[in-house]
Amino acid sequence: MSELLPQALDILSWILLIGGSVFTLIGAIGMLRLPDVFARMHGASLIDTMGVLLILLGLAVQAGWTIVTIKLALITVFVFFTSPTATHALAQAALWGGLKPASVDDEDEEGEEQ
Amino acid sequence: MTMFGVATAAVLVAMALVLIRAFAGPTVYDRILVVNVFGNLSVLLIALYGFLSGRPDFLDIAIVYALINFIATIAVTKYIKFDHLGRPRRGEEVDDL
Repeated sequence: MSELLPQALDILSWILLIGGSVFTLIGAIGMLRLPDVFARMHGASLIDTMGVLLILLGLAVQAGWTIVTIKLALITVFVFFTSPTATHALAQAALWGGLKPASVDDEDEEGEEQ
Repeated sequence: MTMFGVATAAVLVAMALVLIRAFAGPTVYDRILVVNVFGNLSVLLIALYGFLSGRPDFLDIAIVYALINFIATIAVTKYIKFDHLGRPRRGEEVDDL
């Protein structure tokens, strides 16, 4: 049991880090390929939520119960508070600056996710 | 140790892809969004590099990067929206950010 636990933690850490990497890459590809700013915020939010959460959680599993885990949790909480705020401000500034979401022309209910 | 390397490589590739959007982005809002995301990715990169080199003390720098990233995005967005960092322009009623 005592030599099985580090292996289980390693496997858990692998899963979390790979998951975070996949989310980060998908978000980056989305930022490249999506049509306009409001859609690209979708890809950015993927990086800011699942990418940060899973990668930092994988690091916290490796760190154990130390001050490092507290710092990682601090970064995670801070990013989770600030990233939606920044994206909201940016979306409002883009709307104010005259940009229109791409799908707002035909049906109005598609463009209200910001 | 290998797992940190894999995640670091993924973060670096994501940084490169996002930078392409920064250079190609047609509007200034694309570039602000890229700056925001790039800051978050550099927070991840600093944390991963700390674990990769066996010195997790780098996390303090990651915290500072996260703080500065938020302030920078809000400040630039406010400047773009109001043409001013202090108050809205006279004669224009705009909601708060």
